[in-house]
Parts: sequence; C-alpha cells; structure tokens
Amino acid sequence: MAEREQKSKSSKANEAKEEIEELPGASEEGEALKAELDDLLDEIDDVLETNAEEFVKGYVQKGGQ
Amino acid sequence: MAIPKVIGIETEYGIMVRGAAEWNPISASSTLINAYSRSLNQDSTNAVAWDFVDESPANDARQSAPLRAAQAPIVETHLVNAVLTNGARYYVDHAHPEMSTPECRDALSAVVYDRAGELILIDSMNAATQQSLTGETFVVYKDNSDRKGNAYGTHENYLLDRALPFSDVVRVATAHFISRQVFTGSGKVGSEQPGNTAKGIYQLTQRADHFEEPVGLETTLKRPIVNTRDEPHADARRYRRQHVIVGDANMCQVATFLKVGTTAIVFAMAEDGLLDGVEAIREPVVTLQAVSRSLALDAVIELQSGKTTTALGLQWDLLEKAQMWSDQYGLESVGETSGKLVLERWEQTLSALESDPTSLVGQIDWVTKKYLLEGYMERHGCDWSDPRVAALDLQYHDLRPDKCLALKANPEVLVDDATLELAKVNPPEDTRAFFRGEVLKRFSSQVVAANWDSIVFDTGEESLQRVPMMDPTKGTKSMVGALLDEVNSASELVARLSN
Repeated sequence: MAEREQKSKSSKANEAKEEIEELPGASEEGEALKAELDDLLDEIDDVLETNAEEFVKGYVQKGGQ
Repeated sequence: MAIPKVIGIETEYGIMVRGAAEWNPISASSTLINAYSRSLNQDSTNAVAWDFVDESPANDARQSAPLRAAQAPIVETHLVNAVLTNGARYYVDHAHPEMSTPECRDALSAVVYDRAGELILIDSMNAATQQSLTGETFVVYKDNSDRKGNAYGTHENYLLDRALPFSDVVRVATAHFISRQVFTGSGKVGSEQPGNTAKGIYQLTQRADHFEEPVGLETTLKRPIVNTRDEPHADARRYRRQHVIVGDANMCQVATFLKVGTTAIVFAMAEDGLLDGVEAIREPVVTLQAVSRSLALDAVIELQSGKTTTALGLQWDLLEKAQMWSDQYGLESVGETSGKLVLERWEQTLSALESDPTSLVGQIDWVTKKYLLEGYMERHGCDWSDPRVAALDLQYHDLRPDKCLALKANPEVLVDDATLELAKVNPPEDTRAFFRGEVLKRFSSQVVAANWDSIVFDTGEESLQRVPMMDPTKGTKSMVGALLDEVNSASELVARLSN
C-alpha cells in the first residue's frame, strides 16, 4: 500500500521534474546529478561482495540487546 | 528548570571473521579488543578493569512492577572489558564488540564520541587482521540486525530529573520514539517480524520488527519501546538515567545528531512541564511497526482521544513546542550551540521529508540507502528481493572505508578529522568523563578499576581507595583540571580530594 503510494508520488515528481528540465540551467543540474549517481553506481559495482548470495547467507549474528 | 541532559550512546557492532573455517563471535570480539589494546602497546590484561560493584540492571523504574529473577538482565563479568582514556568503555557484550561513549554534555559532543568510537573499531579491525597468524580478516558492521531475526542494540542514555514522574516519561517518550523513526531509521531490506518475514520490501528502521511490548525491563527478549531499567550510575535520589533501546545505529552524522539532539530536547521539555498536552498513542507496538513500513510517511497514528495523526504530524507538534520552550526557558539544559543547531536541522529535515526526501541523501540513513539501492536496481533491472541488493543493504554498514556503502554517498560531516583524532584519546571536558579519562592518562598504574560512577585507586596503602563520582556534571575540566595539573601521583590526588 505504502509502496504503491510512494510510486505514484514519485511518478508525479518525475512529471514535475520533466517540466522543470525544460528550463535552461535546470537541465544541466539534472545532468550533473545523474552523472554523479552514475559514478556512484560504478563504484558500488566495484564494492559489491563477489558472491552476494553467499555473503548474505553467511552474515549471521548472535542476538544481543 | 530542566537539568543538564548528559548523553551517552552504546553500540553493539556486528562482527565477521573472513578466511576462517570456523570462528566464534565471543572470542573474535575479544581478539578485536585485545588487538586494539596491543596496538596501543598496552596489554588489556594489564589495562584498567571495569568495576561491576554498582551495576544493577534489574532495578525497575516502575516501583510496583513484578520482577522474576529469570527475567533479570545479567551482568557479564568474565569478558574483555576496558576503560579507555577518552572515558569510553570498550568491551564484549552478548557476542558483540560494544563501545559505550563517555558521558557527553550535548548532541554535538555525542556525535564526536560516537564517530571516534567507529574510528577505534576501524583501528581494531586493522590491528586484529594484521596480528592474525592465519590470515583472517576481521570485519565490523555498524548495524542492528543480521536480517535473519537476530537483533543487537544501539542504546542511548539521557540524564533525567528523578522528580519527573515516570508515567510522563512513558507517554512522551513513546510519542517521540515512534515518530522520530522518520529521521532516525537506518533503512532495512526485508522484514524480520515473527510470522511476517517478507523479502521484497524496504522499511525505515532495522529495530522496529524486534519490539513486542510498550513498556518493560527487558533488552534482549520481548523488547519494550520504553525501557524501565532504573540504574542511574549516579545519585539515585536526584537522577534517573533513561535507557533508550529502540533506536538504530546511524552511519550519517546528521542522523545521530538529530536522534540524540531531539530526544534530549523532548526530555528537557517534559521536565519543564511543557509536554502535558502530548497524548498517549493507542497500540504503540503496532504503530511503531506501521511507521517503519510506510515509505510515504503517511501511516495513521491513533491517539488516546481518538484523534489521528502521522509521524510527521507528531514531529511538527514536538518541534513547535520545542521552539516555544527554547524562547521561554533557553537552551542551557541541552547546550546552547548544539541545541540551536538541533532546532534548525530538525525543522529543515521535517520540511525536506515532506517535500523532497532525496535532498536528505548523506544526512538521513534510510533515505541515503534507498537512493543508492534504487539507483542500483534501476541500472541492473532487479528489485528489493535480489541477493545483490540484500548484500548492499549489509555493506552500507561495513566499517572498512573501501567497502562502506554509506561513505560512497559522501555523507555530511559535522565534526572535523582533527577533533575526531583527539577524541579517540581525550575525554570530553564538560562531564565527569574528564576526570575518569585524565586519571587514566596520568595515573593508570595506580588505578585498579573504574566504572561510570567511581574510580578505585591503589595508592600503596593498606586498603584501596574508592573515589565516587555520583554527579555526571561534576569532575569537569573547569572543576578538577587545575587540581590534576598540580598533583604528581594518585596518592597526592586522593589526599587532596579527601581534604
């Protein structure tokens, strides 16, 4: 439920963003943000544990407080 | 008037040993702490021990509450336990390495010592890995669950006036703890709620799934939203220490700052009688979990009167009261500079959560993690149930700088590196932690044991000398700094203190 609402909100946000992006300057900012995220995702690809599934399975902690 | 809100944060870290066929978390945690002590050229068996004489975690703030011995928290005395020169306690608790910050006088200082604690854990990982003869790698995670139903805590502590009725603490704290999740949550992929272990979801907090009671004494089973442990580590006639077990460990400094800063203000306002209008919440446990699962931040919160609101509604109400309280009473009880900054950031954060949560990347953990993981999912065409996303959810909390996902988002820093380096070895100057830390720095060979509220000296006389520190606001640099500079030995110090 919350998930669906979130999606509808973000699609609204996307519409709003498209309108804004037509303005000069704003699209440059949008491009810069996207490039920043792209760089970040490249880094994340490098950082990700090699065998993600095994890593997640092996992460077992004893309960604490 | 509200009393000074002395603050501490205790973090139980997750631990992994990689490259070992078999390993045990208790000995791994001991190895980690011993390796750190050795890296300081100090064997932890010679280091100053923790003194358990005043530990009483089974005391209940609800005086009439029944206590069965089997439920009483256990004081563990046999594990590695060190007192650091910055006034912190670094030890093994329930199969985890745990760092308890020294007593801090405001939220900014709590951020400094929380982050200095992380740096000490990083030094410890490096030392243990380097010292391993079998090529094992020690890795520490600052998180609160293994995503398989096992949770471990990040606890906060606040000094309260004993005169504040405990029923007020429960009502006000419940409202704040449930609603503050919108900025304190560290984000989690999946659910660990018994009977509802959904995989393909994301929620605000790691801890909400693990709570079962509105109020209680437990910390490891049937965890309560408001913990009733009455163990002030101070003069019990004047003080209470509110032990808060419901929060997440934060990677973002801004999140830690807001978590402890807003909570200190809420308790200070309660002491000044300004929160009589804050209503109790119906079904607190269900509501805590509903708020954690509402990414749109619109979960309905039902109040005792039948009125309804949301987490943001409750937070705006508390903020508005805090602004009025600040005008009327001033910010002395929470520290002027820090308190002013809390009020500013609190307002900015609530506004941003309403209008553009993504603008809080690098400030609020659940937002930051969601941004990174959604970007990843879009690039790779996968969803929340993908094992790579689950791995990144854990790696967000990996303290190794080259593996830490949170660091990739370039989180905003509130304290500079030079301050943090000093905070690894020096205590805060404005609480009793100053006395504890400075005594350890100067006279450790004559200190037999130390704990939160006393230090035991062996000055060479027939009996050991215990110096009590029953007031967390005393023993500051301005009170004892000159005296410490004047004396040349622990015996001289004890003699001067007894005069």
